[in-house]
Amino acid sequence: MHIYERPRDLETALALLAEGDWQVMAGGTDIYPARVDRPLERPLLDITAIEALHGIEETGEGYRLGACLRWSELRDRPLPPIFDGLRKAAATIGGRQIQNRATLGGNLCNASPAADGIPVLMALEAVVELRSLRGVRRIPLVDFVRGNRCTALAPDELLTAVLLPRPRGRSRTTFLKLGSRAHLVISITMIALALDCDPAGRILRAGVAVGACAPTARRLPLLESRLLGRDLAEPLATAVDTAVLAPLAPIDDIRGTAAYRRRATLVLLRRGLAELATPLRGAA
Amino acid sequence: MVAGPGGLRFVLNGRPVRSRAPAGARLAQVLREEFGLTGTKIGCDAGDCGACTVLLDGAQVCACLVPVGQIEGGRVVTVEGLAEKNGLDRLQRAFLITGAAQCGICTPGMLMAAADLLARRPSPDETEVRDAIGGVLCRCTGYRKIVEAVLLAASDRPLPTEPDGRMGARRIRLDGPDKVAGRAAFGADRRPREALELRLVRSPHHRARFGIGDLEGFRARHPGILRILTAADIPGRNGFGIYPDLKDQPVLAAGEVRHRGEPVLALVGTPEAVRKVDPEELPIAWEPLPPVFGIEAALAPDAPVVHAGRPDNVLIEGRVRRGEVETALRGSAVRAEIAVETSFVEHAYIEPEAGFAVRRGDSIEIFATTQAPYMDREEVAAVLGIPAERVRIVPSACGGGFGGKLDVSVQPILAVAAWLLDRPVRTVWSRPESMAASTKRHPARIRAEAGADTEGRLTGFRFHGDFDTGAYASWGPTVAQRVPVHATGPYRLRAALCTTRGIYTNGPPAGAFRGFGVPQAAIAHEALMDMLADRLGMDRLEFRLANALRPGDVTHCGQRLGDGVALAACLERLRPIWREERDRLAAGRGREGPLRRGLGIACMWYGLGNTSMSNPSTMEVGLSQEGRLTLYNGAVDIGQGSATIMVQLCAEALGLPMELFDQVLGDTARTRDAGKTSASRQTLVSGNAARLAGLDLRRQILRLANAGPDAELRLEGSLLEVREGGRLREIDLRRLVPGEGGEVLRGIGSWDPPTEPLDADGQGVPYASYGFAAQMALVEVDLELGTTRPLRIWAAHDVGRAVNPTLVEGQIEGGIAQGIGLALMEEFVPGRNENLHDYLIPTVGDVPEIEIHLIEEGDPLGPFGAKGVGEPALIPTAPAILNAIADATGVRPGRVPVTPDRLLAALAAAKVQG
Ligand SMILES: Cc1cc2nc3c(=O)[nH]c(=O)nc-3n(C[C@H](O)[C@H](O)[C@H](O)COP(=O)(O)OP(=O)(O)OC[C@H]3O[C@@H](n4cnc5c(N)ncnc54)[C@H](O)[C@@H]3O)c2cc1C
Ligand code: FES
Ligand code: FES
Repeated sequence: MHIYERPRDLETALALLAEGDWQVMAGGTDIYPARVDRPLERPLLDITAIEALHGIEETGEGYRLGACLRWSELRDRPLPPIFDGLRKAAATIGGRQIQNRATLGGNLCNASPAADGIPVLMALEAVVELRSLRGVRRIPLVDFVRGNRCTALAPDELLTAVLLPRPRGRSRTTFLKLGSRAHLVISITMIALALDCDPAGRILRAGVAVGACAPTARRLPLLESRLLGRDLAEPLATAVDTAVLAPLAPIDDIRGTAAYRRRATLVLLRRGLAELATPLRGAA
Repeated sequence: MVAGPGGLRFVLNGRPVRSRAPAGARLAQVLREEFGLTGTKIGCDAGDCGACTVLLDGAQVCACLVPVGQIEGGRVVTVEGLAEKNGLDRLQRAFLITGAAQCGICTPGMLMAAADLLARRPSPDETEVRDAIGGVLCRCTGYRKIVEAVLLAASDRPLPTEPDGRMGARRIRLDGPDKVAGRAAFGADRRPREALELRLVRSPHHRARFGIGDLEGFRARHPGILRILTAADIPGRNGFGIYPDLKDQPVLAAGEVRHRGEPVLALVGTPEAVRKVDPEELPIAWEPLPPVFGIEAALAPDAPVVHAGRPDNVLIEGRVRRGEVETALRGSAVRAEIAVETSFVEHAYIEPEAGFAVRRGDSIEIFATTQAPYMDREEVAAVLGIPAERVRIVPSACGGGFGGKLDVSVQPILAVAAWLLDRPVRTVWSRPESMAASTKRHPARIRAEAGADTEGRLTGFRFHGDFDTGAYASWGPTVAQRVPVHATGPYRLRAALCTTRGIYTNGPPAGAFRGFGVPQAAIAHEALMDMLADRLGMDRLEFRLANALRPGDVTHCGQRLGDGVALAACLERLRPIWREERDRLAAGRGREGPLRRGLGIACMWYGLGNTSMSNPSTMEVGLSQEGRLTLYNGAVDIGQGSATIMVQLCAEALGLPMELFDQVLGDTARTRDAGKTSASRQTLVSGNAARLAGLDLRRQILRLANAGPDAELRLEGSLLEVREGGRLREIDLRRLVPGEGGEVLRGIGSWDPPTEPLDADGQGVPYASYGFAAQMALVEVDLELGTTRPLRIWAAHDVGRAVNPTLVEGQIEGGIAQGIGLALMEEFVPGRNENLHDYLIPTVGDVPEIEIHLIEEGDPLGPFGAKGVGEPALIPTAPAILNAIADATGVRPGRVPVTPDRLLAALAAAKVQG
């Protein structure tokens, strides 16, 4: 008989993880498609019944998003502007039936190069919280995602939450994704922008990340530094040129060529910046 | 927590239930196998198609991705729970009246996704509807009628009632109620109790030799596997194929495989045992060989040989020649030349191949998804080495075919297994299996040239197309013969030379796919028409109209066309729209930024039925003592609607209402041969047979009543009234002596389109009747990203007469959606995108508004003037879109699909910038 556990509290889950080899399962939307022709072999540890892994919380330092937060919640709940980019990503992850099950934590732990959540959260300088019976670790998402489907997660650890630092001013975020059709699109390339501005519109912090153009999503430090101190009202797109793409290493694949990915990324970056330059709406 | 002794509890369609399935089992499988709720369909088992969509606690989810362990205490609603007992709810009825279900395999998923929306947003707008059903793929409808149905259901308007009538009436499809209720039985929906399961072990290599080791030892280590079949076990001929002399595709490969996914072994045993096997564990010693990919490689002088008998890898050549093309071209005022290259295209029907076989004494019975029951019967008989009379094929509801279910798939191997083990055997292919093993659209490499004189009249046309037929012949010869006959487009010419070749490679077998190569060829001829018109400074529509074939014209095959050629009417109908849109575009030029709009037009013609070959159809209609009519209809309805229109036509000829009809569909033991559902032939050929069967029965009734041809019939239970002028005759059917099957009268009708053989130059009468069409596409190209978005499509189709306009529109909309896929996104690469995640077909958001104009001038040969539209629907779409891209950008991409990266590269090469 195939083993399947669905504990209600975190301690039980961590205790089980400490003892044996488990496949952690949240929404299952990455796990099941990978086994179309094969049965599941490893014992499953279903973490979706654990209350502590759900919900969005505002904390002293910023926001805490439970690992089992579903994309549909990010998409449909009214949330402050810091979540605009995440909401746009949420709305394009599969169709509604995927968004109703798939989780944020699963997207990060699966660590596909085309995972839409990763660049958005990188641009926001998100930190992930990892727990095991041994204790808690908090590491920046950039360090957590190590490669194509490779993370810093230890076998006995769960990703329990994603922590977003409080923005340093007004937050403006967006996400643009390019695919070959309207729905159910896996990105050819995607960009995420997160700008914190002072009340006058001067950029105090800039986070820029690109997905599907390297084994993992990459931040673009040169572009970020060029944006610092600029005014939102300026034509920011001029900060974008091929030099800023240095961290990327796109490949030719069935969705597009490497050269195309570079060109399209430049276009998306310019369009994303133009979009954020439109008048401010509310604060966060 | 394994499902405890009491099982997992949840509420299913309002009833508390317990499941004993393991907690990690997929909900879709549990619903189907444990609860028998086969209304929830499995199209991919991977979240990509949405056919399995159900409501979980009110929200739509893919049942194939939800472990039952997660629904403990939850509420699940499936399509079976949508309506009260036996009734249909408003949403289901809206699907019926709008014609939103064709093959019906996506319908349950669509309904559930829409139900989720309507519960959240009782009055949604169109964008919300698209968003709600964006995760469910439909390959048949083009989504237009589905969106319309959801909006209709959400409105406070009363649902329109179904019109009465027969010929020409928008009747609800007869198989519709079962489809929207989730009751229709597709290939995977039925299984005999105690059926064994069969699973094919397939080649992971494109080309290889192999040896098989100790299978007995393997079997001994895997209890539950009862038998492992190899090529040596095939009792009869280990080969199948469309042409009698080309049975080159083995049921199980013998020592050598020629494409990835080719079956090598068949495991037969309990479902649990066969599903558990990891194919890599099997004792197969592979010796991979260098594969031949693509036409160029296959034609290289030192190319590996795919089939020993064809040292040059050329399967077949086709040719049509008329007049002196060289002279005609040389004498032209303007000339244009074009090269086009297309890709493998996957049918991507949402229902993967499935079925079961049962041996009954010395006969075999097969229930499976198919487009061609009578061809299946021949193939199975030969593979078993028994006479065809001992094979019975019972087609399941067919969840989409488009040509891909014309070749046998599961049938021969199921028959072999059930025959040898004398137990019922079932199989369901997974999505990756289906995509690796099924046939594809032929990739084409085309060069064409055309000329025109100063008056804008076409002169000569030269065409050569090489078609990659993959590892096996399948329908390759049909493509090679059909293309030269159509390659010029529907135009008058002085001279033409059209040649083709079918080339063997180690790609997947390329077979029949909506249009048999004609859609690829149309891309070339329609590009040429634009180029010539531009060079002459003529309007592109007017140039086509000036050259359009008309009644009485002679084609490049030397065939003089009769009436029923309404291409000019199609173009004339589009003309005002064309002018208006052209002017609007011209006015907007220069203000677009990176988004550039373009308008394209394209024409097509399509010969209905087989090329210069007899392809008869026979139908019967019986009248019982109780006063019920039964149409014995051997034409398989693959979603296009033949199960409905055959009754419409028969009823029209007979003069009695459709409501009195029952049907026996496509069962080779109970219906006559109506040929295959292909070549857009069913309306014309089987439609005539149905009409003639109705007329035959009518004649018998009139004779009994001694009445003349204009008498009116009425049937009240067993009382048949024949009224003529003031005279009324009553026939009590209970007084008549019942014959076959308890019927008192039976009418029969047969029809075969009159064609004539083609000579070595392709001169003759290839088809009795042709469909014509013109379509226009308005697109928007993003010059910076290379993306293309169709904004609107107009389609004018010469359908003779629409037997059922709703069904005709459905065919056109669905064909257009497939044309959009062909033009912009679909490209199958063996081993790379054998799933619906990476192989992209249009979603609801990719199909724009479609405006349809039906041209009904009547076809002299068609039943009540009707002719087919299945393939014509798709053919002009890709050319119109490509012409629109060229109009928008001035660049004409030579490679299809025009993916964003290809278009951007082409724009960069031509230095077009936003
Ligand atoms: C049709 C379809 C379309 C899709 N489209 C997109 C798309 O457009 N963009 C995109 O980014 N993704 C897409 N996905 C992928 C997938 O839906 C997302 O990555 C999703 O967020 C995964 O979440 P999950 O909860 O379902 O993960 P699961 O499948 O449950 O888990 C994924 C992996 O993460 C591990 N894991 C999950 N949660 C934890 C945790 N808290 N701690 C430790 N390990 C954990 C699991 O062990 C597993 O290895 C699509 C999937 C499908 C089926
Ligand atoms: S079967 Fe579940 S999405 Fe295709
Ligand atoms: S009707 Fe939608 S797939 Fe056939």
